[in-house]
Amino acid sequence: MEWLPTLWFIVIAVLWCGYLFLEGFDLGVGMLIGLGRNTERRKRLLLNTIGPVWDGNEVWLLTAGGATFAAFPHWYASLFSALYIPLTIVLLALIFRAVAIEYRGKAVTAPTRKAWDLALGLGSLVAAFGVGAMLASTTIGLPLNENGDRIGGAFAWLTWHAVLGGVAVVAFCWIHALAFLRLKTDGPVREEAGKLVGRWLPVAVLPMMVWALWVIINNDSALSWVSLALSLAALVAAIIMGRAGKEGISFIALGIMLVAAVAAIFIAAFPVVLPSTLDPAFNLTVETASSTPYTLKLMSIVAAFGVPLVLAYQAWSYWVFRKRLREEHIPETHRVTSIVK
Amino acid sequence: MDALEIARWQFGITTVYHFLMVPLTIGLGLTVAVLQTIWHRTGNEHWLRMTKFWGKLFLINFIMGVATGIVQEFQFGMAWSEYSRYVGDVFGAPLAMEALLAFFVESTFLGLWIFGWKKLPKRLHLATIWCASLATMLSAYFILVANSWMQHPVGTKIVDGRAVMTDAWAVFTNNTALITFPHTLFGAFAVAGGFLLGISWFHLYRRRKEGIDTVDADGRVIIGEDLSRGKNRDKTDYHVWIKSLRIGASIAVVAFLGVALTGHEQAKLMFEQQPMKMASAEAACHDGTGFSVLSLGDITANGSTNCDDVVAVFEVPGILSFLANGNFTTEIKGVNTLIPEYQEKYGKYYPQDESFGPYAGQEIDYLPVMEVTYWGFRLMITFGGLSAVAAAIALWITRKGTVPDNKWISRLAVLGIAAPFGANATGWIFTEMGRQPFTVAPNPQMGGVDQVFMYTAASVSPTVSAGELLFSLIALTSIYAVLLVVELVLLFRYVRGGVASAMPELESEHQPHDTSTRQPDDNDDDDVLAFAY
Ligand code: HDD
Ligand code: HEM
Ligand code: HEM
Repeated sequence: MEWLPTLWFIVIAVLWCGYLFLEGFDLGVGMLIGLGRNTERRKRLLLNTIGPVWDGNEVWLLTAGGATFAAFPHWYASLFSALYIPLTIVLLALIFRAVAIEYRGKAVTAPTRKAWDLALGLGSLVAAFGVGAMLASTTIGLPLNENGDRIGGAFAWLTWHAVLGGVAVVAFCWIHALAFLRLKTDGPVREEAGKLVGRWLPVAVLPMMVWALWVIINNDSALSWVSLALSLAALVAAIIMGRAGKEGISFIALGIMLVAAVAAIFIAAFPVVLPSTLDPAFNLTVETASSTPYTLKLMSIVAAFGVPLVLAYQAWSYWVFRKRLREEHIPETHRVTSIVK
Repeated sequence: MDALEIARWQFGITTVYHFLMVPLTIGLGLTVAVLQTIWHRTGNEHWLRMTKFWGKLFLINFIMGVATGIVQEFQFGMAWSEYSRYVGDVFGAPLAMEALLAFFVESTFLGLWIFGWKKLPKRLHLATIWCASLATMLSAYFILVANSWMQHPVGTKIVDGRAVMTDAWAVFTNNTALITFPHTLFGAFAVAGGFLLGISWFHLYRRRKEGIDTVDADGRVIIGEDLSRGKNRDKTDYHVWIKSLRIGASIAVVAFLGVALTGHEQAKLMFEQQPMKMASAEAACHDGTGFSVLSLGDITANGSTNCDDVVAVFEVPGILSFLANGNFTTEIKGVNTLIPEYQEKYGKYYPQDESFGPYAGQEIDYLPVMEVTYWGFRLMITFGGLSAVAAAIALWITRKGTVPDNKWISRLAVLGIAAPFGANATGWIFTEMGRQPFTVAPNPQMGGVDQVFMYTAASVSPTVSAGELLFSLIALTSIYAVLLVVELVLLFRYVRGGVASAMPELESEHQPHDTSTRQPDDNDDDDVLAFAY
């Protein structure tokens, strides 16, 4: 049963890939709505491309967190407590974002709607940055003592590689959202998004490549070089297909680029799940951080049944809402205040 | 305040807040699913309007449940890392299952329900709300399994100083969980019942006040219409409110019977599993059989010394034994008997160990804050009982079809919505604070001192500073306060708008009649969306 912790390491990497792939575009769309300059109708068009699915996408984050707790309690405890301040800010950002998506359309005055837009935009941006910083920290390291507790104060996590990870995820979310909008809308939005993707795609994924390279160089592993090469190949495919107007294939290729890059990072880091920058002896590894085989076995059975089911009905929900949206599809806003006497 | 105290305040505030949204989500979710099913079966417009209106309020509330739930999922690792390390092997499993098996279903199918009105075939669309609603209950089950394990650890043993799971079946069929689950669900239905009742009362009262509905000599209702602003105040609208009112009131009464019966079973378990919690809920210092209806004196938790000051003003003999054992004579151990027992079993002082921080070596206070447990228990029952009695009276008052034209009763009905929320909050505060000083309370049935338990003082993250915790406490609390106001304002607005706030087509006659009943067709490419943010 020595392979069980390794299996769960893979499961957690998969959950993070799922999260970044799915919530990646809706975080990006959130940034575009809140921080871009768009007409009200355009904003609503953007919002409705993610309307039915964003909450389901966010659950990938919760599941990644929950699965880490169940399978690697030490990893969960050390990482989350070490990043106390940034995670608090991520939580606030996620709260703002969720509430803004649901309530912005219910705002009555223009200033409140603007405030919700800002909450949505900043919430999405900060959440993306924070998740990136967290993933970079767990792959590059934190100042942990023997017990796995962070020392050095509230901001000991704040290093250049945390910032790199943050920037990497923000940039990826932005470009991924544009690729997604190209696929999900019709009309001017589709064209503009197409142009932007064509121009910025290589730049936007650069920080993620640097992060992957950094981890790989520090933990030499042949397999992760292969994965990185695959990621680059997918990137090239995404660019070529994008230019050729094959929006669907280009979007999928971008997704493969992400998955391969994340895989390269996790493979390189393996078997360490959270390195200590103070002393390699304090590193948390797949072995030392994991739950007992009994619990892992139980969770494996549940995941073997649960994960395919989730994939199936989430795919179905994307199928149901597959239609491209145009501005004409967006109904008039319905202001309740008109009927409240 | 030290880090531990701040962390406890934070956990208490964020969870009680989360649990303001939770029972309404659970209760209204099922209600809306049932309403839509009746509409599907009968095709009667009343039920469609009810589905849409209550569904709208459900969604406004749901999102706040989601937003605050995320905080819960992360908090264990952030503020309670020692706790997470100690219990993770057992406790993480239900949490992960909750996300994988319940939250995914909840969120995906709710998205399908909201946006699927015209897109999905009617029957399939109905199925989506059922999936979402059942998933809210499934999520409640998993999280209550986790919580019950803290109240009554089973299926576990200590290996290398950590609790590990030895028997998943025991964990997932923990008797504490199996009884807490229905108690909590009934509590949620009590909330939904009061909600339907209060809001419908308000609308029926407005119709009466504005002279739309009148009563004849026997007090029977004569239904009127006001079509000046579309179909928002027509005869169908009347049926929406009276039906909602009577359904809500019935739910409230049945739910109270449910909580009372299950609560009684919980109390019996608690006497076995956490005798100190029940003794302090009773402010029972000495062994006895009486249930205190009112006790006065210094019921504060300054240890055993003060307990003797408590004077039972009014006590019903025998009831306490009945709660605990189902008979009227068995003596129940009081606080003064229990404290020495706990000290003997688990020690008089906290171990001299780093993980206890400033508490290392100090004397352990085994008595929970008695004011809180005593009043928490009573307020839970009182709030719930009052709202159930009010609901029963409401059923009687409205038997002839409408509510009296009386401002004060109407205000009372609206205010009464708060009572079941209060019962839920006080119930949790009692359960959680009564467990102190443990986060994982020792299970007396497992015997010995090597059994699984954990002190709250040793649970908190060792190197997270009081300053960090204070930052998050202030940030979260102030944001929560603002969001509570926002949610209430929105709810008020949509409630006052009536059914038309969820069905714009009712506002004017020009729009096509009820577009949502249309079957989907394949070439609706140029149609506007049936629902859009
Ligand atoms: C008895 C029921 C119950 C209890 C005790 C709790 N919750 Fe909860 N929670 C729910 C019942 C619920 C729910 C009914 O399923 C919610 C409420 C509103 C909603 O959206 O789902 C929810 C939402 C919700 C979400 C958001 C899910 C989503 O995005 O769809 C998370 C992450 C949590 N909860 C986590 C927790 C944790 C870690 C708790 C323990 C401290 C907790 N909840 C207590
Ligand atoms: C949603 C309903 C819940 C409410 C309202 C609630 C309420 C509270 C309150 C008031 C406290 C503070 C107690 C004190 O400091 O004396 C607390 C603590 C705690 N509760 Fe809960 N709780 C709920 C559910 C849960 C669940 C489901 C879990 C576990 C899965 C849980 C785990 C804890 C933990 C770990 C603490 C911190 C340690 C402590 O201070 O006791 N709670 N809760
Ligand atoms: C006769 C009425 C009632 C009795 C005898 C009763 C009994 C109990 C007991 C003994 C507990 C503590 C369980 C524990 O700590 O292990 C409890 C908890 C709780 N009660 Fe009640 N209760 C009653 C009414 C209500 C009502 C009306 C509500 C809400 C509408 C409610 C909601 C709760 C909640 C949310 C908890 C915390 C979760 C739990 O442990 O189940 N109760 N109740």
